[in-house]
Amino acid sequence: MQSSQTPPRANLAGWFYVAPLVLVLVPFFVAPILVVLAASFFATDGFGGLTPGFTLASYVEVLHSALTLKLYLATIKFTVLTWICTLIIGFFVAYFLVFHVRNQLLAIGLFLLCTVPFWTSNIIRMISWIPLLGKEGLINQALLGMGVIRQPLEVLLFSDLAVVIAYVHQLTIFMVVPIFNSMARIDKKLIEAAIDAGASRFDIMRLIVVPMSKSGIALGTIFVVSIVMGDFFVVKVMSGGGSASVVSAFYEDVGVLQYPTAAASAVLLTLVLVAIVSLILRTVDIRQEITR
Amino acid sequence: MSDRIKETSTSDPAGTEARSVKKPSRRTLLKGAAAVAGAAAGSDVIRGFPTIWAQEIKDIELRHVGVSYSVVKAIGDQAAKDLGFKVTMQNLDTSAAINRFISQPNTVDIADLEGWQAKLAAKRGVIQGIEVKKIKEFDNILPIFTKGEIDGHKIPRQGISPYEAMYISKPDATDLHDGVTEWATFLPQVYNADSIGYRPDLVGHEVTEWKDLIDPKFKGKAAILDVPAIGIMDAALCFESAGLIKYGNKGNMTKEEIDFTCNKLIELKKQGQFRATWTTFDQSVQLMAAGEVVIQSMWSPAVAAVRVKEIPCVYAPVNVKNGKEGYRGWCNGMGLMKHLSGKKLDAAYEYLNWYLSGWQGGFVARYGYYSPVPSTAKKFLTPAEWAFWYEGQPAPEVVNDPYGVAMEKAGTKRDGGSFLDRVKNISCWNTLMDEAAYMNKRWNDFKVA
Repeated sequence: MQSSQTPPRANLAGWFYVAPLVLVLVPFFVAPILVVLAASFFATDGFGGLTPGFTLASYVEVLHSALTLKLYLATIKFTVLTWICTLIIGFFVAYFLVFHVRNQLLAIGLFLLCTVPFWTSNIIRMISWIPLLGKEGLINQALLGMGVIRQPLEVLLFSDLAVVIAYVHQLTIFMVVPIFNSMARIDKKLIEAAIDAGASRFDIMRLIVVPMSKSGIALGTIFVVSIVMGDFFVVKVMSGGGSASVVSAFYEDVGVLQYPTAAASAVLLTLVLVAIVSLILRTVDIRQEITR
Repeated sequence: MSDRIKETSTSDPAGTEARSVKKPSRRTLLKGAAAVAGAAAGSDVIRGFPTIWAQEIKDIELRHVGVSYSVVKAIGDQAAKDLGFKVTMQNLDTSAAINRFISQPNTVDIADLEGWQAKLAAKRGVIQGIEVKKIKEFDNILPIFTKGEIDGHKIPRQGISPYEAMYISKPDATDLHDGVTEWATFLPQVYNADSIGYRPDLVGHEVTEWKDLIDPKFKGKAAILDVPAIGIMDAALCFESAGLIKYGNKGNMTKEEIDFTCNKLIELKKQGQFRATWTTFDQSVQLMAAGEVVIQSMWSPAVAAVRVKEIPCVYAPVNVKNGKEGYRGWCNGMGLMKHLSGKKLDAAYEYLNWYLSGWQGGFVARYGYYSPVPSTAKKFLTPAEWAFWYEGQPAPEVVNDPYGVAMEKAGTKRDGGSFLDRVKNISCWNTLMDEAAYMNKRWNDFKVA
């Protein structure tokens, strides 16, 4: 913003402002990631012993393995499906709250209602799907009772569908909140003007609402993508162990003390995520949108 | 290598605690005066134990860290009461536990170790040898562990048998020693033989062979254990049983054997054989109780937990026949961490001795696990419990679980028969293969296929 003429005092104040964040980030983020980075270059004796040194063996192994590709494809599949579902649901929930609920107090009340399920642990929320979706679960029982199906639907539980359902249930709020936030700042007069000028509902959506909620969509996307790509527990439980993810694979590596390959996979995943996030940030200048 | 969750017969730790508090009164009511007299006599024996001065030990705290089915709070509480110092039980899953022993050895006093973990911990130099002479009951420990045999029957050494991992040549040795020495890596405390659980009403015949688990008849209704190191052994038992392959050593496969096993698993998965895989005790109970599967690899207390819900479930007796089948055995023991010294080390020895003195053996017997010193455990079991759990006889009266809840009706017989019938039919032990990294990778191929 300001050029090199910034007075030293302001400079000092600037450091003072970021100090708390630095104090948190350096020991709890930068240091661990450096340790992981270092470990990824070490050699191992296969019994959990690390030999300090510099070898690219772990990276060669990770990058050369067809398994890595399959794991990324599986993880990206879940990420994309979850992203699409949360985006559609999140966008319309936010749209409804901002443009259809006239009373602002009511809108905020309904918005808070969206967060109620999040008062309980996300593990509980995930596990509570199991009795609903199972072979002898509520949905199958109901369908059987109505005579719609003869055999219980197995695809409901321990399947990719179940994984996506659990993710969408857990993560839609991360879309709703930022999109709600950016939509709420759209000047209603703009919409009225568009209507007066003869714009259709679809045009208003396409030309005003969507472009002006871009920052919210981008923020929500970052949350959803990074959470899904960094998760292994939902995949493990809801797929009934029938699927794996990038993280679950290196968690298993840690279990058999293969630290360097686990570290290399972790570094690789971090790089992939950084790439995705910077791609999103390139498309939408969140900082500019927010200070708009 | 597994997270056999929690207190076995219940999935609710809080509820369990509440019940264990009430235990004495219930047990008094349920089991009559004889049992109480026995327990009282037993605890007197225990109070005689501490040889270090009560004043000095009361500030000592021992942290016993390991998996929940082996490191049980109720046992730690009883030990603290009997020994006069503080005992803290901390639970982690198998992989988190071994990682902690290796990377933060000083945060643990007593490590809960399986045979293969003992081998690893010795190799990394985080444990110290246990001086066999200081263990009062050492000579009464079943020779399964101390000599690798029982009743003249050699205990198989596929995988890492407890005997194989038991000895080192000197207290700070890092390599295992083949043969009896004065120094032990770990002291066995609880073990069992794992096999298959099934719904007799839905399977339709008695299961005595592992191959039933991969029978196409049970397509979409079978499950397998998803802890790579032992799941692959369950799979190997199935394939060997079906006559598809003969392994050199199921517990330490070659790369070719790993490839064969994982490829076969992938093939089965693509055909839709497996409804799910499971990683925790609770999951296996849920799968069976909710009717998702009718046959799966399973642990004995999990089968009991399904039966408590009044759903028929049988633990398959997979006795060794024609050089195939057999149970997969496991054994958890206690290791002394290297940093222990002085009074704390003395207290740790007191603790190990307390463990083998019977109270714990009686406790774990009531959910189907065994003590390495049955002679002391017997003192803490009623004759009916002993007959049911150890001798495989029909229960003379109702059998209760460790927290006093009725578990088996009078007349029920334990699946798999007597203690000796079971342990003699163990054909392989939990392990960490030399090719563990490769195996893990191929197992992930199976998961993601």
